[in-house]
Amino acid sequence: MSREKILAAVAKNKPDLTPLPEIQNFGNPYANLVEQFKAVLTAIGGEVVYVKDWEEIRAYIQTHFGGRRIVTNIDPLADVAQESWIKSDPHSLEDVGLAILKGQFGVAENGSIWVTETEMGQRVTPFIAETLALVIQKSELVPKMHDAYIRIGGERYGFGAFIAGPSKTADIEQSLVLGAHGPKSMLAFLME
Amino acid sequence: MNHADAAEKFNKDFDRTTWHDETLWWVRQKRDRAAFAIPEWEQLRETASQIKHNVLSNLDNYLIEFEKNAQKNGITVHWAADAHEHNQIILSILKSQGVTEIVKSKSMLTEECHLNPYLTENGVEVIDTDLGERIVQLADEPPSHIVLPCIHWKKEEIGVLFHKHLGTPEGCADPVLLTHAARANLREKFLTRRVAITGVNFAVAETGEFVVCTNEGNADMGAHLADVHIACMGIEKIIPKREHLGVFLRLLTRSATGQPITTYSSHFGKPREGQQMHIVLVDNGRTVQLGREQFRNSLKCIRCGACMNTCPVYRRSGGHSYHNAVAGPIGAILAPNLDMTKNADLPFASTLCGSCSNVCPVKINIHEQLYEWRQELTKSGHSPTAKTLSMKVMSAVLSNPTVYHLSGKIGRFAMANAPFVVNNSFNPWFKQREMPEPPKESFGEWYKKNRGEK
Ligand code: SF4
Repeated sequence: MSREKILAAVAKNKPDLTPLPEIQNFGNPYANLVEQFKAVLTAIGGEVVYVKDWEEIRAYIQTHFGGRRIVTNIDPLADVAQESWIKSDPHSLEDVGLAILKGQFGVAENGSIWVTETEMGQRVTPFIAETLALVIQKSELVPKMHDAYIRIGGERYGFGAFIAGPSKTADIEQSLVLGAHGPKSMLAFLME
Repeated sequence: MNHADAAEKFNKDFDRTTWHDETLWWVRQKRDRAAFAIPEWEQLRETASQIKHNVLSNLDNYLIEFEKNAQKNGITVHWAADAHEHNQIILSILKSQGVTEIVKSKSMLTEECHLNPYLTENGVEVIDTDLGERIVQLADEPPSHIVLPCIHWKKEEIGVLFHKHLGTPEGCADPVLLTHAARANLREKFLTRRVAITGVNFAVAETGEFVVCTNEGNADMGAHLADVHIACMGIEKIIPKREHLGVFLRLLTRSATGQPITTYSSHFGKPREGQQMHIVLVDNGRTVQLGREQFRNSLKCIRCGACMNTCPVYRRSGGHSYHNAVAGPIGAILAPNLDMTKNADLPFASTLCGSCSNVCPVKINIHEQLYEWRQELTKSGHSPTAKTLSMKVMSAVLSNPTVYHLSGKIGRFAMANAPFVVNNSFNPWFKQREMPEPPKESFGEWYKKNRGEK
């Protein structure tokens, strides 16, 4: 009932049809996408670690995150983390200390990384972990959001997110605090 | 209480007014730095405005397209003609689940619909999970800003509030400690509530997905842990295609807080396995505004808050003085559409300086619309009485040259010889101002003497 009422009112009151503008992508102003990405992500509270291979990531995790509950769905890292969490109740991820997930690509202009449900394993994983680590290839960086959506194209996903740094808030007198509800820290492994 | 009286109350605390003013100006400056770093900024604004214009001109078809695609994705779509129907739909979903406790992330639409009091009256406990909203909720207040809900609160006051409700140590005013206390408390809610409500920043007709932007990750913590996710959106939040998100996500946070993007820009396409996902499409006066040619552009608003941060009146009068869910310049345009009598004062709460229109990422002609509303309200007999009276006097004076010159003389004489006649609290211009030194002669007199004889 309300549906028809609303649609009829819109039809009656809407202005004459105007065309959609062309979406330009405004080119790439960045000489070095990796440096631009790193600078922005660092400025918004994230951390960037350059690595050659999975072996280096494994070593980094062992030195920095020993003793915590680690989850991942990345095969080469199976030995430092559990994989059985993927089918469990999402609430049981409450005590995850570190989640290591793959990202599809990064965006240089804002330091964000595109991750979909497939890479997340569970939708809540990148939000509930105390630290989130996302792994992307250095070659998988695009300059701007326009390029990002060209890259995503018509992909079907149940859920996807651009993630830019750790969870944060500035609601108390505009002081920036990392770790509002989600990760208190976030790092991006940029792989050769 | 009307805007002027409420603002006067806010202004009693001089230091707080100054602090409020400076804090928001600082946010405005961050916006400037972010915008100036993008060479194509003006083109982006123009593109965004044109996309939104196309949306308004084809809204019914986009809504139908969105509905079809969302349903295909397994999302249940509801339509609500007004606030009451929106609230009823939500309550009925909660009842069908047998749920009496929920979490809610930020949604100005639910504020507009007064969802919280409605659910409370019906025995449902609502926990707002955005930290700023949680603070005002604990204080039993509405948000005073659409992006920075507790911008009017000082950390010491939040410390007292949290000591009372969350058991933080007495006298603690450290933002890190206070935030982490709220984090611990809210985590327990996320983990135990079975229904989560979120707002919607953008809904894409082409794909049937919707996007929610937060820095805290609270929308995601709620939605991904709950059995049922209900998203609420005004019908104007539709955009045609996914690629248009590239334009809006570049503009939104740069305009809001100067950030390059929110921490999380979450794209909800389908419910997760075993989960229910609902979306409520709400009109509540939007189709009426669509039909008002001079005001329909206000429906392009993406709720970034930039117009508030820059507004000299908002900064010095505080969000609550606008007595409407959306405060500031854009709120002053939207509010009279909802209720002309109650909100007739709001379009007058502006200097018409145009700063709001200059920063608006979708190029809404905000100050012109405020001016339009003033005329509209005066014509239809809704304008605030004091303003109408002084306007009548002014128009009588301005339309009669003899009276005009005479009253100028009297005014100058009075200001020079009897300043107490104007420097008193009956003259609204004297509030927060010294009256200027009166000129010895009027421009007309000066002109006659110096140029008139030529
Ligand atoms: S009117 Fe423009 S500046 Fe104001 S909140 Fe809306 S989009 Fe932002």
